Amino acid sequence: MKVTVIDYGLSNLLSVRHALEHFGAEVELTGDPAAVLAAKALVLPGVGAFRDGMQGLERLGLIEPIRQKAAAGTPLLGICLGMQMLFDQSEEFGAWRGLGLIPGRVVRIPSTAADGTHQKVPHIGWEGLLPAGGRADFAGTVLAGIRPGDECYFIHSYEAKPDADADRLADAMYGDRRVCAAVARGKVIGTQFHPEKSGPVGLSIVEGYLKLCQTAE
Amino acid sequence: MKRKIRLIARLDVKDENLVKGIQLEGLRKLGDPNAFARRYYEQGIDELLYIDIVASLYNRNNLSDIVRRTVDDVFIPVCVGGGLRSVEDVRHILSMGADKAAINTAAIKRPELITEVANAFGSQCMVLSIQAKRSRSWAGWEAYYDNGRAHSGYDVVEWAKRGVALGAGEILLTSVDCEGLQRGMDLDLIEAVTKAVDVPVICVGGVGCADDIVDAVDAGADAVACASILHYNKTTVPELKTELRDAGVEVRA
Repeated sequence: MKVTVIDYGLSNLLSVRHALEHFGAEVELTGDPAAVLAAKALVLPGVGAFRDGMQGLERLGLIEPIRQKAAAGTPLLGICLGMQMLFDQSEEFGAWRGLGLIPGRVVRIPSTAADGTHQKVPHIGWEGLLPAGGRADFAGTVLAGIRPGDECYFIHSYEAKPDADADRLADAMYGDRRVCAAVARGKVIGTQFHPEKSGPVGLSIVEGYLKLCQTAE
Repeated sequence: MKRKIRLIARLDVKDENLVKGIQLEGLRKLGDPNAFARRYYEQGIDELLYIDIVASLYNRNNLSDIVRRTVDDVFIPVCVGGGLRSVEDVRHILSMGADKAAINTAAIKRPELITEVANAFGSQCMVLSIQAKRSRSWAGWEAYYDNGRAHSGYDVVEWAKRGVALGAGEILLTSVDCEGLQRGMDLDLIEAVTKAVDVPVICVGGVGCADDIVDAVDAGADAVACASILHYNKTTVPELKTELRDAGVEVRA
């Protein structure tokens, strides 16, 4: 199984690569639009600011290729900033357009919890994943290998707000509020947390994505 | 239940060896850092913190190879500090598999570096490392650098606030007074800094048992890093986590 990891200069790709290789995947790191268009399966990693991420993709001419591949049903996994960029737009540093693959927007995590107490931003920590979008569990999804409540590592100052509840795959609690933790719309998947940094739980999510890629082949 | 915290293993490295000192001095060699990292990962530690403790004296960070080997088979966040002086240094260590860069000396010498790193890689990558020592000149703590050898004249609480305003997404707060003694953390320091900033604070220095961590959480710590008690097998990660849970502190399963 070959997986193409999109390299636009913004992240620690080594851990994503090792996590995929852990399950025997052949990993291609590339910022070349032609290689993205030829990919069987895509991973869009990323840390940092939304604007920088979209500008990085734009500079390399990757926005249209990624959109085309997603429309054609090629599996795509966005991680952290990579998930946020799947949405229509973000309010980070003004308003920035995203890839528009999942309807919704990305907003700053409020610095006050619902009960009025102060909460820290960025949100950094391990939180349990709760089934969302009307699901009772994770059966039949990329999260099938984990149990509700299994914890993953989050580090983010912005959170995604999907328009459609059905696109929400998992939520996590930050303080007393639900935060969107994972999304799925067809074969476009996004995780706000870092599966490649979430220990054995995260690895089984990577494995779940590779299984999805295999069935798509 | 108290709020959830992260439990971090701190690995001080000199040359190729894991070392541990007391109040950042009198170092003892303990072995291969990768072996310790792997063990703590398997035991369920939440994060690793590597510090090249002599790097700032020689203007370089030697941890690249160690970090690269660690992330081969350790899938948790890795923060690296010691001798990082520029955006290029940070880019290099991130490309070796680090997730976050902890910067002390270079930020004191040139605070704009905090903003440059935050702009280049995001605030979540930019951890401001502060070595705090109780001041003899004023009622508070002074920020030290060059691994506790040189003093900056900066008040720790003011420096932490300024660092966050400049773009730091997290504070790594080490009590030089308590470090390595295993007699408890500087709770006044933890309370003063965590109240002053709205980003997470990793507290380091003085953990001798689970109760010390509970006290730090009560004082406001968002994460606690331990070294001696783990390195010297005084306890294990699962034992610590069980004790923390029993005391009402939430930790990752």
